[in-house]
Amino acid sequence: MQLKVPEREYMYPGHVACPGCGAAIAMRLFMKVMGEKTIIVLPACCWSIIAGAYPQSTLQVPIIHSAFETGGAVASGVRAALDIKGDTETTVVTWAGDGGTFDIGFQALSGAVERNEDFIYVCYDNEAYMNTGIQRSSSTPYGAWTTTTPGQEWKKMRKKNIVEALVAHRIPYAATANIAFPEDMIRKVQKAKEIKGARFLHIFASCPTGWRIPSEISVKIARMAVQTNIFPLYEVEGGVKYTINYTPKEYPVREYFKLQGRFQHLTDNDLAQIQEMVNEDWELLLRKAGELS
Amino acid sequence: MKKVLEGSQAVAEAVRLAKVSVISAYPITPQTHIVEFLSEYCSDGRLGARFLRVESEHSALAALIGAASSGVRTFTATSSQGLALMHELLHWTSGARLPVVMVEVNRALAPGWNIWTDQTDSLAQRDTGWIQLYCENSQETLDTTLQAFRLAEMVNLPVMVVLDAFYLSHTYEPVDVPEQELVDCFLPPYDPKFQVDTKDPRAFGSLVLPNAYMEMRHNIAMAMEEVLSIFPEIEEDFAGIFGRRYGSVEPIACDDAEIILVTSGTVTSTSRQVIQGLRAKGEKVGLLKVKLFRPFPSEMFRRILRPAKKVAVIDRNFSFGASGIFAQELRAALCNLPGHPPVFGYIAGIGGRDVTTDILENIYWQTKKNEVPEKESIWMGLQEVDHATESS
Ligand SMILES: Cc1ncc(C[n+]2csc(CCOP(=O)(O)OP(=O)(O)O)c2C)c(N)n1
Ligand code: SF4
Repeated sequence: MQLKVPEREYMYPGHVACPGCGAAIAMRLFMKVMGEKTIIVLPACCWSIIAGAYPQSTLQVPIIHSAFETGGAVASGVRAALDIKGDTETTVVTWAGDGGTFDIGFQALSGAVERNEDFIYVCYDNEAYMNTGIQRSSSTPYGAWTTTTPGQEWKKMRKKNIVEALVAHRIPYAATANIAFPEDMIRKVQKAKEIKGARFLHIFASCPTGWRIPSEISVKIARMAVQTNIFPLYEVEGGVKYTINYTPKEYPVREYFKLQGRFQHLTDNDLAQIQEMVNEDWELLLRKAGELS
Repeated sequence: MKKVLEGSQAVAEAVRLAKVSVISAYPITPQTHIVEFLSEYCSDGRLGARFLRVESEHSALAALIGAASSGVRTFTATSSQGLALMHELLHWTSGARLPVVMVEVNRALAPGWNIWTDQTDSLAQRDTGWIQLYCENSQETLDTTLQAFRLAEMVNLPVMVVLDAFYLSHTYEPVDVPEQELVDCFLPPYDPKFQVDTKDPRAFGSLVLPNAYMEMRHNIAMAMEEVLSIFPEIEEDFAGIFGRRYGSVEPIACDDAEIILVTSGTVTSTSRQVIQGLRAKGEKVGLLKVKLFRPFPSEMFRRILRPAKKVAVIDRNFSFGASGIFAQELRAALCNLPGHPPVFGYIAGIGGRDVTTDILENIYWQTKKNEVPEKESIWMGLQEVDHATESS
């Protein structure tokens, strides 16, 4: 099968991500669409390191590294400066991890999208604070081990639904994407690039190191997250119009869980409970999209 | 043109005249009037800037970090809790060498909620790499804000212009608002030394290994050092155009003084009057006003204070477990001079308590009476202390 993925690369070889890093794949695909008229604001996360140490950089566009919690605000300032200078061509992008988005950076993000700042906010989601060594975030899924949810203390709260939180701000465009669905992602990035105002992309990006998986199944596991409905692909326009981009066939979540070290402690009972939660969430989404009444 | 202006408006006028491009701020008493005036200027077109109405002080400074990195002139204003919330980004701004200018209205920190003047908020940020300039009146605040942009852009470091809550921010005074053409002569359009540019892509603020970080910090230290000579030059230029000059420090009647009072902010104005009175009584007293606090002009202090017999520092701030901060810094500046005068540290006017002429005179007489300070810090006008004296 021939994928319709642009050939031009905007990453130099020599980034310093772990092998199989979903976040590195996500950026590579994202930049193919964005092109050179892009400024990346990069709050603290794995990508602060992946991008390379001074004086090197793996990205072929300017990067403003920024404090962990400032993604939404720094981008607002860059946009304001470009506007004042009359630069309407350049797209401002914040590229942040789930911690920088769901948790510490949420206030600045909420503030920026409420003001409908003209920028794209990308959250690459590896479901924990990976840069500091796999600690729980509010994106860590129910059932997961992390270094701060060890042993029987595995996380017993659901993952925060960040897209819904953003949709509640009635932003022009919010979408999920996944590194295992490059064409879907590319289409969404393209769409986001063309829209004005605050746009949010939530990209599922597996992390072999943190998830305790061999690097060669990084893309496979990301695909399974969609196939099992753990991470549905959908988009929401104007805070109301839901479109589901992929409807999976019956696929039990246990297949996804059993491949990952971070879920090894879960019992059959736990898995059954998680299956129910996933079904429930999917149903809710179908209702929002008007596919179930 | 002379106008009667509120201190806050004097600041806003300076920002307008400086033709700032991006302003970002979050309201906090007693800074609010500044941002209200600026919002108006931006909305009625008197100032062609983007005003970002962000959701916190933290984001206010973060947005300016973004804007300044993109090569435009930027401004914010804050106070107290707001400044404290910015702490991480204060370091970020100087580390990134961004010439952001901020007006900081000195206000006490909670708890107890207290909106009145106190310098602990800005002095607690003394190690963040920001240049700090303390002002005595509205005219000086306006002039200093204009100078701050030029200074910041010359050395690529952020500048904090500091003024007292209410005594300055909310007081109406006659202020000479300079003509735009003259300001344009003094302050040319911002020409950034670096900025993000998609045609010349670079990473700003990335990971820096131990082989380079130290040199970067040393560069900041050298830029700070430069301020000591550049700021007087800027003042010289300013005086040439506008006829006003303040000095990094201002010695008043210090030449033959045996006791020198050291002050900053509005306490200086009251002290001017007090030393006049004391001089009239034949007392050999001088006054030294501190304007530039970071970088600390140690050499100047040594030169001016050395001949005195005693130094009395009035601190409207306190570093718990240590002493008043100006006194601390002066002791450090003098300690290697053999036979330097003893430094008496007085704490006064904390949390907006009035620093009256009585208190200042009292400080003078106490200093005169004692050979050496009885304590590292003497708190003036403490109510408990008064009760204790009454009952003894
Ligand atoms: C104020 C602050 N607190 C803590 C940190 C340390 N820190 C850096 S990155 C990070 C976690 C990042 O997690 P996430 O956003 O999920 O990105 P990831 O590392 O997983 O890519 C933390 C806690 C910091 N840089 N700043
Ligand atoms: S820890 Fe995970 S997210 Fe971070 S670089 Fe490695 S694989 Fe990528």
